[in-house]
Amino acid sequence: MEKVLMKGNEALAEAAIRAGCKCFFGYPITPQTELSEYLSKQMPKRGGVFLQAESEVAAINMVLGAAATGTRVMTSSSSPGVSLKSEGISYIAGSDVPAVIINVQRGGPGLGGIQPSQADYWQATKGLGHGDFHLIVLAPSSVQEVVDLVSRAFDLGDQYRVPVMLLSDGLLGQMMEPVSFPEITAKEVDKSDWAANGTKMARKHHIVNSLYIEANDLEDIVKERYARYAVIEAEESDAEAYQTEDADIVVVAYGATSRVVKSAVNKARAEGIKVGMLRPITLWPFPKKQLCAACENAKAVLTVEMSMGQMVDDVKLALECKKPVSFFGRTGGVIPTPAEVYAEIVKLNGGAK
Amino acid sequence: MAKMTVIFDRCKGCELCTTACPKHIVAIQHEKRNKEGVFTAVCTDDDACIGCAMCAMMCPDCAIVIEK
Amino acid sequence: MAVVFERPHALCDVRLHYCAGCTHGIIHRLVCEVIDEMGIEGETVGVCPVGCSVFAYNYFNCDMIEAPHGRAPAVATGVKRARPDLNVFTYQGDGDLAAIGTAETVHAATRGENIVVIFVNNTTYGMTGGQMAPTTLPGQVTTTTPYGRDPKANGYPIRVCEMLSTLTGTAYAVRTAVDTVPHIRETKKAIRKAFENQKAGKGFSIVEVLSTCPSNWGMTPKESIKRLQEECMPYYPLGVYKDIDAEGGETK
Repeated sequence: MEKVLMKGNEALAEAAIRAGCKCFFGYPITPQTELSEYLSKQMPKRGGVFLQAESEVAAINMVLGAAATGTRVMTSSSSPGVSLKSEGISYIAGSDVPAVIINVQRGGPGLGGIQPSQADYWQATKGLGHGDFHLIVLAPSSVQEVVDLVSRAFDLGDQYRVPVMLLSDGLLGQMMEPVSFPEITAKEVDKSDWAANGTKMARKHHIVNSLYIEANDLEDIVKERYARYAVIEAEESDAEAYQTEDADIVVVAYGATSRVVKSAVNKARAEGIKVGMLRPITLWPFPKKQLCAACENAKAVLTVEMSMGQMVDDVKLALECKKPVSFFGRTGGVIPTPAEVYAEIVKLNGGAK
Repeated sequence: MAKMTVIFDRCKGCELCTTACPKHIVAIQHEKRNKEGVFTAVCTDDDACIGCAMCAMMCPDCAIVIEK
Repeated sequence: MAVVFERPHALCDVRLHYCAGCTHGIIHRLVCEVIDEMGIEGETVGVCPVGCSVFAYNYFNCDMIEAPHGRAPAVATGVKRARPDLNVFTYQGDGDLAAIGTAETVHAATRGENIVVIFVNNTTYGMTGGQMAPTTLPGQVTTTTPYGRDPKANGYPIRVCEMLSTLTGTAYAVRTAVDTVPHIRETKKAIRKAFENQKAGKGFSIVEVLSTCPSNWGMTPKESIKRLQEECMPYYPLGVYKDIDAEGGETK
């Protein structure tokens, strides 16, 4: 397949169009802006809608409207903008409509910085808005994987009627890599039993809504949603295991950080240290089974993140605290180096020999 | 010949219809409450009703049907 | 004898939850009569707000979407952009449209978004129990202006039609009332024109309807109508504020 050199943000945008995304509503923010710019150029030429909203708040509600009609729709932003979108994401989840949300993460809190970060892990996997709900969260680690996961995000959203977040970061968004666009056949999902797209006087009206004034009704609908989440947890968790079969030490890392970790693992392996890496591809559902399998013989587990340590909690929970889990991270937009991670691995292996 | 009918259980007794009737023949009756506990509007003189539907247009609850 | 006046088909055959004498019900019916008369129920999607009309999705027979507070114009934009073939309207109160949703309202208008906005102005937050609204009149007592709205402390009421009529994207901005049968007829005509504008692709149309809130005004429905006429209408004059069809594009 032919490969082209593309920036992560632009490749993501192109992949979205190929995955059947018909509408994009966004608001400029660094470091995701190229994504919007690409779509502003391409969507009108390829039968899609691009609209720059007056705010992130408006953009996500436009997503709600388009999603409610059964149209494939996407928005993208970066950390502070995703916070603004959290209201709408809660309503999208509560209304059971599918939508794809991109977060090209940067440092926080507040205005933070514009360098790569993974400090929105908690937000994405635990707290993106009020109420009992989850999003599916996918975490690519290369430009090619960004492309591959975008179409999966749309398919998963349609299949389970949930919002899906693709958690990218400033590094993946800004870097250029060779990428190929595989032939995509979007899964055809019948939306005729819920979409608000006109009754044609042939059916009862559809109501896309998240309000249930009777407590028991709301509990019932939330439980129904959680039954769907249980299926997602059972069926959709995904991770890449790298040299974990005989590993004494397993390093857990996702996204751009996993690339740094892979370099450190390779260096440590060359030094004879039995170390491997488990890279979650789905952050929610968290790949518990895959992690436990990878760590079966491990004596130590190290989590590496571009944050002060957010995924590390999920790693401990998945391992039920049966293995010692340590953490190494850089934050604020600082990217950990392979040498730093290698040093942590050496430390866990009992120090320099 | 015209007939104004109040849908008994839909009427909230707000009296807005009574202000709209040009013949002054819509009033609240004080004999029977509906299931909401409301004394409802009635036409007090069927023969005088001209079927103009002004009471129905003023009704916020679509509780009035007009026949002609 | 034949039935000459009854519930329009587009209005669901259910009891409305509104308080006795609340004029929301009249405005619902007028929107539904227009939908019936234009024969567009099957191709119409409504967006309801947060506020007293939050349950409007139970009352309109067309497909309905419930928006977050103030976001109805953005949700409607999403629907219309995704499906330009659908007729799209929002139904919003004053707190929803002119406080928390001001940005969404103004920008939908300035984009010339081809939608209909039905704006019900009753100068109070009804659903939460009568707090100050962006349209509460100076001196008006509410539960959060217990000494009356003091413009020095609380600012001045927003005249929405006047504000939106300054925007090029606005096709039609009109203020009507539902205090009398003649005004009710005018309101219906305005709603019809707004929907016709959308059919013709003319852009953003807003029909502001002065409405009552007997419960939170602490008045009988009849007294509320009187207040609407004596206090609200002088501050919020009825009329067409912008009509791109009129000569020169504007009439006020």
